[in-house]
Amino acid sequence: MKIIIAGNGKVGASLARQLSAEGHSLTIIDADPKVLETSIEKYDVMTVNGNCASMHVLKEAGVEDAQLLIAVTDADEVNLLCCMTAHGLNKELHTLARIRNPEYIDQIYQMRDYFALSLAVNPDRQAAREIERLLRMPGFLKREPFAKGRVEIVELKVEKGSKLCGLQLSGLNNLIKCRVLVCSVLRNGKAIAPGGGFVLEEDDRIFVTASTNDLAVMLKNLGMITRKVNRAIICGGGRISYYLAQQLQNSDISLQIIEKDYDRCVQLAGMLPNVNVIYGDAANESLMESERIDDSDALITLTGIDEVNMVISIYGSSKEVPQVITKISELENNSILASLPLGSVISPKEVCCNTIVHYVRAMENQTGAALSVHTIADGQVEAAEFVVDKNTLHCGEPLKNIKIKKDALIACIIHGSKTEIPGGNSTFNVGDSIIVVAGGGKAINQINDIFE
Amino acid sequence: MNYKMMGRFIAQILAIEAAAMLPALLISLGYREGNAARGFLWSIVIIAAVAAVLWLLCRGAKKGFYAKEGLTCTGLSWLVMSLLGCLPFVISGEIPHYIDALFEMVSGFTTTGSSVVPAVEDLSKGVLYWRSFSNWIGGMGILVFLLAVVPVSEQKGGFTMHLLRAESPGPNVGKLVPRMKQTAIILYVIYILLTVVDFIFLLFGKMPVFDAMCTALSTAGTGGFGIKNDGFASFSPYIQNVTTVFMLIFGVNFSCYYLLLLRQVKSVFRDEELRTYIGMIIVAALLIVLNLRGYYETLGETIRHAMFQVGTVMSTTGFASTDFDKWPTFSKTVILCLMFVGACAGSTAGGFKIGRMLLVFKILGRNIRQILHPNRVLVVRNNDDVVDEKVLQNTNGYLAAYAIILVVSLLLVSLDGFSVETNVSAVISCFNNIGPGFDVVGPMCNFASYGWLSKIVLIFDMLAGRLEIFPILVLLSGSTWKNK
Repeated sequence: MKIIIAGNGKVGASLARQLSAEGHSLTIIDADPKVLETSIEKYDVMTVNGNCASMHVLKEAGVEDAQLLIAVTDADEVNLLCCMTAHGLNKELHTLARIRNPEYIDQIYQMRDYFALSLAVNPDRQAAREIERLLRMPGFLKREPFAKGRVEIVELKVEKGSKLCGLQLSGLNNLIKCRVLVCSVLRNGKAIAPGGGFVLEEDDRIFVTASTNDLAVMLKNLGMITRKVNRAIICGGGRISYYLAQQLQNSDISLQIIEKDYDRCVQLAGMLPNVNVIYGDAANESLMESERIDDSDALITLTGIDEVNMVISIYGSSKEVPQVITKISELENNSILASLPLGSVISPKEVCCNTIVHYVRAMENQTGAALSVHTIADGQVEAAEFVVDKNTLHCGEPLKNIKIKKDALIACIIHGSKTEIPGGNSTFNVGDSIIVVAGGGKAINQINDIFE
Repeated sequence: MNYKMMGRFIAQILAIEAAAMLPALLISLGYREGNAARGFLWSIVIIAAVAAVLWLLCRGAKKGFYAKEGLTCTGLSWLVMSLLGCLPFVISGEIPHYIDALFEMVSGFTTTGSSVVPAVEDLSKGVLYWRSFSNWIGGMGILVFLLAVVPVSEQKGGFTMHLLRAESPGPNVGKLVPRMKQTAIILYVIYILLTVVDFIFLLFGKMPVFDAMCTALSTAGTGGFGIKNDGFASFSPYIQNVTTVFMLIFGVNFSCYYLLLLRQVKSVFRDEELRTYIGMIIVAALLIVLNLRGYYETLGETIRHAMFQVGTVMSTTGFASTDFDKWPTFSKTVILCLMFVGACAGSTAGGFKIGRMLLVFKILGRNIRQILHPNRVLVVRNNDDVVDEKVLQNTNGYLAAYAIILVVSLLLVSLDGFSVETNVSAVISCFNNIGPGFDVVGPMCNFASYGWLSKIVLIFDMLAGRLEIFPILVLLSGSTWKNK
C-alpha cells in the first residue's frame, strides 16, 4: 500500500520502521532534512523535505495515488490542515491525524467531518486510559484489553519469594484456582513461548491471558493482593496528567499533581476542581517527602523528560510505593529499562503506533482484519483479536488436531458472552472471536496466517 | 565490520555471475568452439564453488549493514567479480596472460571498452558475447541487479540505500519509488526494453543476429567492446546512425525515462543536466563539422562521423566509425575535452558526469561572487532546488580525488616510455570508462603494448572511474579494515 507519513518525529520514525518492514511503500515528509537523511539510511523509504500542509509538497510526495496519509507532526493544527489539503487532492485518500490538545477533544467528531479525517488518534488520552486501568487493579505491570474489555493479557513480574518463583506452569491453574494461560515469558530480554513443563524463575516477566473477571481472584491467590489505591501522586502536569485526572475525577482516589510551571498549575487547578495541584519540582526530595510519598499508594511520573521520570520512579520504588508507573516517550532500550525499578512503563508512542498499525492492517484486508492488535514482551510478541468468519480454516475442529505455526498460539476463544481459555478439546466456530499470540517478529494479518 | 554479511553478499553476486556465464557457454557449444566452451564450463564451476564455500562460511550473519559495509562491499564485489570473471579468457587460451585477461574483464565490467586484443575477429563467439555482456551488466550495475532479484526479507535493515549510492553514478542518488526493490526493477525493465529496441533497429539494418546482439549489449552499457577489427568503419551508415542515437539515449539519466513513462514530459525537459547534455552534443558536433570541412567527401558523411564520435565519447561508449586519431588537432582537442565530461548522472555512462560538472561551475561562480560580497549568503541551485552544502562539499572532494588519481596514474604509466599524448589519453580514457585514446592507444589500435604495471594502474583507474572513486579508495584505506 502507498502510505505518506507527515512528520518524522518519534512516532513517524517508529511507524516508518514498522510499516516498511511490513512491506508498504512509504514516503515521509518533514521540514528538517537532517532527520530525513537518518530515515532514508535506516529504512526502505522515500523522503520529501518541506511543509506537509502545502499542496506542492504533498503532490511531490505522490498524494494523488497514495491510499493513506498519516499526519503525526508536533502540531495538531498542522496535522489537520495537512489531512484537509491532502483530501482535497485525492478524494479516495484515507487520512489519519494525531490530535492531542484536550481543548479539541469535545469537537473531535465535528473535526472529523470538517477536515475529512478517517481517524483521529489521541495517544495521550489512550495512555491515560491505560494508566487508569492499571490503577484500578494494582499488581500488574501492564494490561492489554481484548473483546471489549472482557479478556486481558496482563504482565506480571516474578518477584523473589513470590509463589510464582520456581513454579512449573502446568501447576499454575491449580494454584490460582482459575483458568489462565501464560502466552509468553520474557527472560533476560528474550521472549519465550513456554510449554507446560516450563519453570518460572525470579525476574521473569510473564504475560498471562485471563478473563477480566478472574483477574482479582488470580491476584488474591498469588498473594499479590494489595490495598486499593486511595492516594496517588502524579508528577508533571502535561496532557496525559490532565486526561488521567479527568478520568479519575469521579473515583475516590485522592490525586496530587506536582507541576513546576506556575501558570500551568493555575490552569490545571481551574480545570480540575477535585485535584490538589501543587506548585513545585517533583524531582525535589523534600517536596516529595512533604507530599507524603511514603503514604501514597501510587506514583505516576509523567513529566516531559524521560530521565526525570526514571529518577523519580526509582526514588518512589526505594520508598516502597506499592505501584509505580513511569512514562517513557523516547528511550527505546528496553533491556536496560527492564532492569531498573520503574514499575509499569507506559509509552504513548507505542500506543499511537499500535493504533495506526492496526488501522493500516484493517485497511489492507477489508475482511478478516484484526479487531485490535497489541504488542507485548517489549514488542517481540504480537497479540491480535480476530472474528472467525466463513473463510477461516479449521472451524469446529478440536485445537489438538490443528497444526499451528511455531511461536504462535490461540490464547482465548470468545463465544458470544462466554470467554474460554482453550484446551486441546476446545473448538471455535463462525461468529466467535479468538485471540492469537505470535512471536518471532511475524505480523499476523489474518487468522489463517497462524496455521501451518 | 560485519564480515559475514559481506561474505553472504559477495557469494550472491558470484552466483549471479556464474548464472550470467551460462548463455556464453551455450553459445560456445552452439558454435562448436571446444576451447571456449571448456573455459566457460570450468569458470562456472570454479565461481559457483567459491560462492558456495563463501555462503557456507558466512552462515548465521548478524544484522547491521551500514555505510562502511555498503561502500566496502561494493568495491570488493567488483574486484572479486573481475578477478574470477576473466577466468574464461585464460582457461580458453584466447587471452593467455592473467593480467591481460583481467584488464579485458575490468574494461568490460566498468564499460570502458579498452582492449588488449589485437584482432577481435579472431576471438571465439562465446568470448565475444561474454565481453559484450559484461558491458551490459556492468552498465546498470550488478548490485542493482541483485537488489532487483533478492527478496525484500533478505535485504536486512539499511542495506540497500548505501549500495545504490555506492554503485549508481552521480552526485545525488535517489530512489524512483519508495521501495528499493521496486526502484531496481524499474531501472532494469527500462534498461532491457531500450536494449531490445536497439537490437531490433540493428536487425532492420541487415546486421547478423549475433553481431546485432553483441552490439546492442555493448551500446546499452555504453561499454564499447566491438566485434570487428576496424570498429564501426565497415558498418553501413544506417547502423552507425542508429548506434549514435542509442549511445546518446543510454547517456541520459534513467529517471528521465521513468518520468516520461509517467507522462511528466515537462519536468524532463526542464532538467538542467539533460539540457546541458543536449546543448554540448550539438555545439561539439558543430565545431568538429566546421573544423573537418573538406576532410570527407560529402557534408553528410562529415556530419555522420562527427556525430558518431561525439556520441561515442560523450556517452563514454568508445566505438569508432573512423580513425579520429588522424583528425586535425582542434577536433581531437574537442574530443579530449568531451572525454572529461562524460554523460548524465544516473545513466549507464562513466566520466565525471555533467551534473557534477555543472555543480563545480556553480561553486566556482559562487566563490567569485562571495569574494566580491563577503557577507552575502549565497546558495547553489539545481533545477530551482537549493543544493545541500554537503553535496557541494562532496563534489569538491570528488574533484580533488579525481585530479590526484589522474596525475599519479599519469606518472606511473609514463614509465613505459610512450608519448605524452598516448599516456594522457590512455589514462583519461580508462578513468572515464571511454575506451580508445590517441596515438598508440588510438581507436584502431589497442592497449596491448603497455607493460604489466601500467595495466594494473589502468585497471585501478577503470574501477575507480566506474564506481566513482570512493568505494575503491576505501578498500585501500587502513581504517576500513581496522576493527577499532
